Amino acid sequence: MTNVADLQPGESARIDRIDAEEALQQRLAALGFRQGKELQLVRKASFSGPLHVRIGTTDVILRVAEARRIQIQQ
Amino acid sequence: MKRVALLGMPNTGKSTLFNRLSGASARVGNWPGITVDLMSAKMLLGGHIAEIVDLPGIYDLHGFSDDEQVVRHFLAQHAVDLVLVVLNSTQIDRQLALALQLRALGLPAMLLLNMRDEARRAGIGIDEAAMSQALDMPVTQISAKYGDGCPQAIQEAARHLDRQQPPVSAERISELLRADTQIEQEMESIVRRTVQMPAQLDDRLTRRLDRLLLHPWLGLPLFFGAMYLLFQFIFTAGAPLQDGMAWLLDSIRSLALEPLLAGAPAWLNGLLLDGIYNGVGTVAAFVPIIILFFLVMTMVEDSGYLSRAAFLMDAAMAKMGLDGRGFVMMLMGFGCNVPALMGTRVMRSHNLRLLTMLAIPFSLCSARLQVFLFLTVILFTPQQAPLVLFSLYLMSFAAIFITAVLYKGRLRNDEPFILELPPYRFPTLRQIWQRGWQEARHFLHRASKFIIIGVVLVWALTNYPTDVPPASSGTIAGHIGEWLAPVLDPIGIDSQLAIALIFGFVAKEIVVGALAVIYGLQGDALMQLMGQQLDWVQGMSFMLFTLIYTPCLSTIATLKSESKSTGFMMLSIGWSLLLAWVISFIFYQSARALGF
Repeated sequence: MTNVADLQPGESARIDRIDAEEALQQRLAALGFRQGKELQLVRKASFSGPLHVRIGTTDVILRVAEARRIQIQQ
Repeated sequence: MKRVALLGMPNTGKSTLFNRLSGASARVGNWPGITVDLMSAKMLLGGHIAEIVDLPGIYDLHGFSDDEQVVRHFLAQHAVDLVLVVLNSTQIDRQLALALQLRALGLPAMLLLNMRDEARRAGIGIDEAAMSQALDMPVTQISAKYGDGCPQAIQEAARHLDRQQPPVSAERISELLRADTQIEQEMESIVRRTVQMPAQLDDRLTRRLDRLLLHPWLGLPLFFGAMYLLFQFIFTAGAPLQDGMAWLLDSIRSLALEPLLAGAPAWLNGLLLDGIYNGVGTVAAFVPIIILFFLVMTMVEDSGYLSRAAFLMDAAMAKMGLDGRGFVMMLMGFGCNVPALMGTRVMRSHNLRLLTMLAIPFSLCSARLQVFLFLTVILFTPQQAPLVLFSLYLMSFAAIFITAVLYKGRLRNDEPFILELPPYRFPTLRQIWQRGWQEARHFLHRASKFIIIGVVLVWALTNYPTDVPPASSGTIAGHIGEWLAPVLDPIGIDSQLAIALIFGFVAKEIVVGALAVIYGLQGDALMQLMGQQLDWVQGMSFMLFTLIYTPCLSTIATLKSESKSTGFMMLSIGWSLLLAWVISFIFYQSARALGF
């Protein structure tokens, strides 16, 4: 099983499942993170900082801890 | 009067629309049960007088963030005649859910598809009529930034208000919003039928800029460079404005107020001129800087660079329980703490905001710099002085760090760090100017009462009883100074310096002036005397204390109005006094123990 934090910059994947409590799940859903959606890891910040992810028409930054909750299929 | 609420996701241009509709008439409203400032304005909508309320940007009506709770509270407790839902047209495929949620609540709504200009450029086509039919609410495409479509939207809203229905409030919000998946399916179906959009937006400018500005090695240096330039701009342009303001206030005093009050009793004259007018004048001198700061901040915020800064700085700030945006505000605090505190409003989590606001007052602002420049010249050689100043800046960072680390456990924010990176946009001059002016007005409005009470108090302390010279040891302030001696002696601060510290509570700008009053000398004579009376260890201890204890009354007033909590304000004052004393104590006693 892999998650968004495992992706390398430039790689794309499809969302398989989001393992998060309701609040985080809703926040992610509102930004377009839903099962079956395609996303791309654009870049990672230095010093294990946040990840820059593109999903549909939206660019989002999120910390590694949150990215680990998003399970993907490559 | 009708009530119209503006609702939308963050970064949809909702506030831009609000500013366009309200013009200069916006004010901070007081809503029972609501803990954050909501802007509202009265305006004419067709034949109706309507109060427009700008609700905080939210992603979801039943989310758990502070803002989402505020919106729910508002809609449950205050009946509205119409909700204007503002969405970003380029993200309609996911944002439409908010309109559907609102409809599910049975609230009278109208949909405004904003950023029509960007959507057109991106090749997104929206069939307004079909969407209006599918949603069963009016739909209008607008550009809040340029004003296109806004007159039509206003007409449509007026037509809705004509229909004279009683206002509706939405109780039981969470019960009514159970069927999430249903809303999602409906959204997809409506978007499929009424919107044509490319799978990805081809925003080449944004991508190219990001490749440079978010570069793994270049990103941070560019960020610091940009911050340095902005900072330079604000204070290079602000200093002459501040001086001009001071000159203006001085002229008003000597040309108009002094002749006018010449016949008044001495105590009244002193209270009005030396107390209120001088104190308020010192604070009013902040206004040009606040306007400039917000002009620049509006540019930075609306351009989308703020979330990029958060991306770059987040790794370091996360360790202190803060986030990347907090860093930008702290840097701004090195100019002036007041607008930096106001700038923390971009943070959504209440605890994160409080932690950032607790740390910001330790930023060495330009007013404190004046005091340090004055004292370093007296006490140190020209070779030593820059090093002393540099060490004070380091101390400022250290105080921020200590505070954040100590309080991050208590002010824990479990809000996940997920931010949108909007495309780079360039705000119009109108947008920038409106914001700067609005913030300055609010600062004056909120701070004024508080500050008048403060300056009157300090004036009274240093002028009573009247049979001794002002600010001398015979006044109440002098007695307080003596009374504080057991506390201040161990850090090397004598009773004369203690009075200066009491003045410094109002504003650091008047500390040097206060020293002149206390020692009864000015200019070179004052410097000479102080050089004889103080040694460098005492002076340094005084500077450390001045750096760390409460910056000024304006900062306190802002802390209170921004946190809406007297307890938090007291915590900030108490903590900074304690930290100032402890650090000065450690410094003074170790320096003396080492034989200096």
